[in-house]
Amino acid sequence: MSIFVDENTKVIVQGLTGSQGKFHGLRNKAYGTKVVGGVTPGKGGTDVEGVPVFDSVQDAVAATGATASFIVVPPKFAPEAILEAAAAGIGFIVCITEYIPAKDEAMVFNVLRRNYPGTRLLGPNCPGILSPGKCNIGITSGDIALAGGPVGIVSRSGTLTYQALNELSLKGVGQTTCVGIGGDPVPGTTFIDCLAAFEQDPETKAVLMFGEIGGSDEEKAAAFIKENVTKPVVSYIAGVTAPPGKKMGHAGAIVSGGMGTAQAKMDALAEAGVHVARNPTEAGEIMVDIVKGL
Amino acid sequence: MDLFEYQGKQYFARYDIPTSPGGVADSVGEAIEQAKAAGFPAVVKAQVQVGGRGKAGGIRLVNNEQEAKEAAEFILGLDIKGHVVKRLWIEHASDIKKEYYASFTLDRNAKLHLAMVSAKGGVDIEEVADTDPEAIKRLHINPIDGISYDQALELAKSAGIDQEALEGVADVLVKLYECYTLGDADLAEINPLILTPQGKVHALDAKVTLDDAAAFRHPEWEVFKGVSELDGRERLAKEKHLNYIGLEGSVGIIANGAGLAMSTLDVVNQVGGTAANFLDLGGGAGADVMSAALEVINTDDRVEVVLVNIFGGITRCDEVAKGIVDALSSVEMRSPIVIRLDGTNADEGRRILADADLRGVIIEKTMIGAAKRAVEIVDEGASK
Repeated sequence: MSIFVDENTKVIVQGLTGSQGKFHGLRNKAYGTKVVGGVTPGKGGTDVEGVPVFDSVQDAVAATGATASFIVVPPKFAPEAILEAAAAGIGFIVCITEYIPAKDEAMVFNVLRRNYPGTRLLGPNCPGILSPGKCNIGITSGDIALAGGPVGIVSRSGTLTYQALNELSLKGVGQTTCVGIGGDPVPGTTFIDCLAAFEQDPETKAVLMFGEIGGSDEEKAAAFIKENVTKPVVSYIAGVTAPPGKKMGHAGAIVSGGMGTAQAKMDALAEAGVHVARNPTEAGEIMVDIVKGL
Repeated sequence: MDLFEYQGKQYFARYDIPTSPGGVADSVGEAIEQAKAAGFPAVVKAQVQVGGRGKAGGIRLVNNEQEAKEAAEFILGLDIKGHVVKRLWIEHASDIKKEYYASFTLDRNAKLHLAMVSAKGGVDIEEVADTDPEAIKRLHINPIDGISYDQALELAKSAGIDQEALEGVADVLVKLYECYTLGDADLAEINPLILTPQGKVHALDAKVTLDDAAAFRHPEWEVFKGVSELDGRERLAKEKHLNYIGLEGSVGIIANGAGLAMSTLDVVNQVGGTAANFLDLGGGAGADVMSAALEVINTDDRVEVVLVNIFGGITRCDEVAKGIVDALSSVEMRSPIVIRLDGTNADEGRRILADADLRGVIIEKTMIGAAKRAVEIVDEGASK
């Protein structure tokens, strides 16, 4: 099994007619994802290489029965696009858009939490979700993943998500689902959401978790793992050498006021019984050993 | 973007937050004029983005022109923890009866905005948080609802703000929230927020960090640009639209993606090296971006070896390889380059590099292997 998506997930792409939307939307479709439509206001009735385009998410949902949306629109329009999808009844939204203002992100998160509790937002500023052989929504290259499980991956950073997939696939260890939650300050989906779902998923036998400096989501995840996760977890935290007060690329990756250091996160995870690796390769090696012993 | 105090005060003024009248001076002559305009006694304050400037002698009270001249001569050019003072803010000295603290920021944990108010202002608030956490009152604000005047008043009361200052503080809180939200600040902080003997409440300092992602809707931020405290390397990188942070080590780092770039720093450190910088090419970088990155790294004297770590997703390794070949045809690199390419079109990328037969370019298969090789090169250089 997989988490959040599977081979039956019907996806629309908001922004399908843009260059990024077209490239990644069609790439996801070529991977085997059921990409059933696109949404671009004013372009309803047209199509992108056979994928029908609608004026609104509501129209797209009515015509295709889509349950998930992939949002690839510029930061100015992304908050509205997310809320439009939620209002149209979409249950799972992946937003890869980078550089959404923090105020907009906080607003969208709270509107979803209050008015659309049944909708899950992944991102913004994330690589998306990939369940090898079943469904790929986002910008992750499908060929670095290996189907069949038993490892679930959750990661904050995009390229480190690829690195994680690569470390496992090269060693012949497959994945159930790989979720990139994104490096922004207010992510729609957190480590805990993914850990809880992986714990419930019978095919996932172990979890690889890649975090980074900033915020306290990894510490919260550690507390959650201690109480609720029975499966082995291997983690790696990026940014041990990051100087305080400097944003390391991601808006969320900053050590400020002594909070959010890599060491504090590693300590919390180790204390919760997680195998803490010093680098991505070591994390992969530890996971391979765990999988061999299953 | 972090604002200087004077910029923060200018920004506060847009939201009607009361501050002392004053002006900016870049020379001793200007400082004297500004002090006269503000009226004596006046305060001459160093404009640097670092704490502890008062202790370092960067803030002086002056009572006449001669003192203003002496203060400006002393403070301009003063080195405060590595920050050299180039600009002064001069304002009329306020009579202070009480010093408070007020701020708004995002609580990432609760995913709500957070107001913090304290009757113990004027000192390092993190120290207050450590020694007397009860002295700081907090209120979470849902962005959908905002903060009302009545809530602000309650918060001020609970923080122990003096009776005569309550309304003034509540009023400032409501305006500061507007500055924080409508003004797209990641942080809007007043420390100290003062009460004068005349019963007025106003901001004696301003600490504002703007959210760069919101720049598209703030044309008024243009005036703040170009004066921030970037070093030469950081300024060049910004012109090239690269995500760059200068550090002190000898291994120049180029990676795609913030996480991978941070991880590369860590791995270099683990194998005994030190990074000269953090550089994230971003997603989908083409040959031109790669070329710009090498150019920036090449200006850094500290760099003894360059480590390029690419995991292609959207970014294609063949494009990266072409960028390296391009760059090396126009730029004379001062140091050898160790390259690790993986992911999308990696084989093609490695072939392009091999065919170009570039001097001083070493290809490694793994991230750790590449880091080790880079550090070996630094060590070899040191033993020569």
